[in-house]
Amino acid sequence: MKKLINAIDDVVKEQLEGMAVAHPDLIKVHFEPNFVYRADAPVSGKVAVISGGGSGHEPMHGGFVGMGMLDAACPGEVFTSPTPDQMYEAAKMVDGGAGVLYLVKNYTGDVLNFETAAELAFAEGVKVQSILIDDDTAVKDSLYTAGRRGVGTTVLVEKIVGGAAEAKYPLDKLSDLARKANMYGRSIGIALTSCTVPAAGKPTFDLGPNEFEFGIGIHGEPGRERFDMKTADEITEMMAAAIIDDGPYTRTVREWDNDSGEWVEKKLTDDPLKSGDEVIAFVNSMGGTPVSELYAIYRKLAEICKGKGLKIVRNLIGPYITSLDMAGCSITLMKTDAEILKFWDAPVKTPGLRWGV
Amino acid sequence: MVTRDQIVQWLNNLAEVLAENKEYLTDLDSAIGDADHGINMNRGFKKVIEKLPSVADTDIGNILKTTGMTLISSVGGASGPLYGTFFMRSGMALQAKQELDDGDLYQMLESGVEGIVQRGRPVLGDKTMFDAWSPALEALKAATANGDNTITALEKSVMAAEQGMKDTIPMQARKGRASYLGERSIGHQDPGATSSYLMLKTLLETLQAE
Ligand SMILES: Nc1ncnc2c1ncn2[C@@H]1O[C@H](COP(=O)(O)OP(=O)(O)OP(=O)(O)O)[C@@H](O)[C@H]1O
Ligand SMILES: [Mg+2]
Repeated sequence: MKKLINAIDDVVKEQLEGMAVAHPDLIKVHFEPNFVYRADAPVSGKVAVISGGGSGHEPMHGGFVGMGMLDAACPGEVFTSPTPDQMYEAAKMVDGGAGVLYLVKNYTGDVLNFETAAELAFAEGVKVQSILIDDDTAVKDSLYTAGRRGVGTTVLVEKIVGGAAEAKYPLDKLSDLARKANMYGRSIGIALTSCTVPAAGKPTFDLGPNEFEFGIGIHGEPGRERFDMKTADEITEMMAAAIIDDGPYTRTVREWDNDSGEWVEKKLTDDPLKSGDEVIAFVNSMGGTPVSELYAIYRKLAEICKGKGLKIVRNLIGPYITSLDMAGCSITLMKTDAEILKFWDAPVKTPGLRWGV
Repeated sequence: MVTRDQIVQWLNNLAEVLAENKEYLTDLDSAIGDADHGINMNRGFKKVIEKLPSVADTDIGNILKTTGMTLISSVGGASGPLYGTFFMRSGMALQAKQELDDGDLYQMLESGVEGIVQRGRPVLGDKTMFDAWSPALEALKAATANGDNTITALEKSVMAAEQGMKDTIPMQARKGRASYLGERSIGHQDPGATSSYLMLKTLLETLQAE
């Protein structure tokens, strides 16, 4: 497998170094522990929004650091969760006095490391909250698994919450918005090929030339089912059905209570999409699929949504949450309301997403 | 009686054992996870070994806490915070101790396992490291109550951990990355339960060597 790398151990470091020299007006990079943070951090009086996770999903998360989105992003090794010292040091660096909101994709490793970081930050006097992103409809239940994984909705939540943080939402209100936006979002992904992790040097799984994998995550983990290859329209129909026909989803999350200094459990249920809903439609490349094919998918998706009475009021099309060099795509539909739309439209200026400025 | 130097020796031995078992643990994780458990554990304990000399002449509580902090900031994945919390809690339970009697030894392991439970919320049968620790603790408690000496009690505990580890093979995972495989997780031994068994076994072997 050919890759544009110098040494396997330097992949994450050199990417961060490149980002720092490419975007000095927007971001800075801290090494040991590694995190990307806003060039103008800390922004006084604003809740700092921090995310992170394994590397390999670029431009997420580091590419979303900047005005109107994240204050800091903590990258782990490729597909391995970051460690708490990264999120804790990042919190101390970017906290502008109004507290820190961690946006955490639901993978056990990420969750446990972020929880540990939240406890450390709280012990240092930083007000914290931690909101889970769990939107992957490929995972059916939360009782017998670690629950739905965090995928495409993450990008939309980071944009919306970042916009509201810029408008000086206090921590509690911002957490409510993050929780709502997550519960309004549903996603599904497919793969045409596996991806190749640099350290492994070979594809994570084998997929025949005439097969595709349905219901994948973003780490080359196996999907829900394997099918013979179909047309773009047929695949879009399968993906749209997985999202639109998905029933209510219930899970128990842990959130931090800043008064008692303890985790509290909350049972949350999100409702299915229904005719008449307005949605943001996000068609995402897993890294190896060209934008031209994403538009073919979007064209069909728009037709299906119309038929189901779902009104697409905004869209996002391109590679934003990737899985290295995997060919494939994901679709996310997020129900919207006035609050969500307002902050979706708010100005954003990051290396990976920019409008209104 | 377990001395401070024996605890330091245990951690050093453990680093060696985990290095020897790096491939094995990673292979177990590639069957039901993401093929990194051996790599993660090895990276963490290499760092622990670098840190140990600077605290080796303090006290057992501090040595264990430092081990925990080091694991938390170097392992990543699910096992980093889980084992990190294990050592932090066991260290907190043994503040300022220079040696451990049988009650202290039990206290050390019990507090550590409580930390794992608080962090990961595993229950028995979820196919995690807790499936090795839980029977190991019970056996240790029973043996101590029975009046067994430290080595005999630990021997029984290690046997129970080994059984617990093997019992994870027919289980369907309900926690962590393996849970997404559903029924396909059946038939494979849990990597975390295996590293936990190695920890306890290495403790016994360290004490036997005296
Ligand atoms: N909730 C949990 N409670 C207790 N143990 C757990 C839990 N989740 C996973 N584990 C243990 O962790 C082991 C996997 O550790 P590993 O170092 O491979 O992390 P990981 O899950 O691959 O993390 P990442 O996906 O971030 O790489 C499992 O074998 C299991 O024993
Ligand atoms: Mg693993």
